[in-house]
Amino acid sequence: MTDPIRLLGAPTSAVGARAAGVHPVRTPTGEITGGSLTPLQDLTGTITPADLHFERHHAGVPLIDPARHTLLVHGLVDRPLMLSLDDLKRFPQVTRVHFVECSGNGEPGWRAGIFGAPNPGLTPQQIAGLTGNSEWTGVPLRILLEEAGAKRDATWFLAEGGDACLLARSIPIQKARDDALVVWSQNGEPLRPEQGFPMRLLLPGWEGSTNVKWLRRLELGTRPWMTRWETATYTDPLADGTARQFAFEMDAKSLITSPAFPETITRGWWPLTGLAWSGRGRIARVEVSTDAGTTWQDAVLNLPVRSKAHTRFTHMWEWAGQETILLSRATDETGYVQPTRADLIRVRGAGTLYHWNPVYGWKVAANGRVFFHGAT
Amino acid sequence: MTRRARFGITMLAAALSLLPPAACGRGRDTEPARRYGLGRPATSAEIAARDIDVGADGQGLPAGSGTAAQGEVVFSQKCASCHGANGEGKLPAYPQLVGRDPIAEGFPFGKTPGLRRTIGNYWPYATTVFDYVRRAMPQSAPGSLSNDEVYALTAFLLAANRVIPVTSILDSASLTAVRMPYADRFVRDDRRGGRGVK
Repeated sequence: MTDPIRLLGAPTSAVGARAAGVHPVRTPTGEITGGSLTPLQDLTGTITPADLHFERHHAGVPLIDPARHTLLVHGLVDRPLMLSLDDLKRFPQVTRVHFVECSGNGEPGWRAGIFGAPNPGLTPQQIAGLTGNSEWTGVPLRILLEEAGAKRDATWFLAEGGDACLLARSIPIQKARDDALVVWSQNGEPLRPEQGFPMRLLLPGWEGSTNVKWLRRLELGTRPWMTRWETATYTDPLADGTARQFAFEMDAKSLITSPAFPETITRGWWPLTGLAWSGRGRIARVEVSTDAGTTWQDAVLNLPVRSKAHTRFTHMWEWAGQETILLSRATDETGYVQPTRADLIRVRGAGTLYHWNPVYGWKVAANGRVFFHGAT
Repeated sequence: MTRRARFGITMLAAALSLLPPAACGRGRDTEPARRYGLGRPATSAEIAARDIDVGADGQGLPAGSGTAAQGEVVFSQKCASCHGANGEGKLPAYPQLVGRDPIAEGFPFGKTPGLRRTIGNYWPYATTVFDYVRRAMPQSAPGSLSNDEVYALTAFLLAANRVIPVTSILDSASLTAVRMPYADRFVRDDRRGGRGVK
């Protein structure tokens, strides 16, 4: 290759592309009713590039003409409203940074493999890739409800998407008063089709499926509707023979994203770095252990630490060549501490579904190879 | 009240009025709610066209009816190619709909990994079957079923799961009256953050 300082560079272009050799990808691809995962190990900082943000669809990505798409607000309101995308953009706007996480995030790490322990050949993407963190722009939902004249006796609302299954979730109206948004923009540009174009609900800190994409209807009422996605699925069976319903908030969680499988490290200094987040507010602290949990140190948190948003943590570590396990453990501002997998199994049962947030780590072999360690 | 005390209260009220409506850090990042007069009134026809949801109390169920026998015919024509002739499903894409496997009876799902949840051994409300089928099925032609077909399919699926007799006729009243075997197992979320694991 010619020395670049001896050759005139390339011209400007209409749309930028990633550098040659840089090819982060979501995996798997081609699922219609499944998901695709954010490549956490390839990312730095806290903002997830929109084209790498995880997907989870229940009937594929709908093809929507934004000029014809409307949002209906009705039910217990004084003035049933029909809002276009242009109408929505004329309301007061806010921009907030928040994570979205599917409540099914982490199933491969949780599930025991054929040898009775989680598969050591899992990447950060496979363990926790059903989350992304973005700067979202939209209108506070409370402003739309004020516009429609929400009646005082409304206690729940139904949010319905415009996809081929008309996905619908029941939401307590208090969330609209707190911090719910109807957004049309992600990281400075219109929502991508797979993220809900032209508009989606954003419920900061709440399980992904409640952040209804392709939003087309909000109906105010006095009780939950008991849709499929809050009964047959997205309910959490517990060891005591019950199932937790309307488990909206995502518990605090962290994961070291590097070093991680399938990296191999050499002796010397390494930055342990990863992400932590909580659906209940700010991350207060992230502790890391480089000796399989015998001792813990506070990691450095990159500022600002935002509420209900990914927080980047880093801890410098000098590897002397011994076999060990690297762990991270998040605490949020409510004082909640990320539990171990054994803690969660004890409280919820090994068969529980959704909301898996155990401490996970990485086993470093004496030869420097790094493997997933899920049996905490 | 002294003039100074009155002044203090006035200043306090002024300061409070400047506080942000929610916890948004320093300063205000949202406008106050007021009527902006944006959008347009939705017509009753527009609302009726979209308002298809059915509640567990039966609210929203349309006129019409169907039997399990009628539903079996519709199922074989429009559902069996994905969900199997007997609703056994094709995992992972197409869930099992029918099954009262003794191992999965008694709601042991939290304790025992890998059990298959079906309408009969898991779903807490029969109305959800109607609501979901009408919304989303069949996947190749969602929204194409008549209300009678949806009642018939609901009857077939509930009868195949041994929730209602095979001779049942479902309409809005009889569907609302169906009680699912494990409805009482569903509990509200008791996680609140703070110390401890739930």
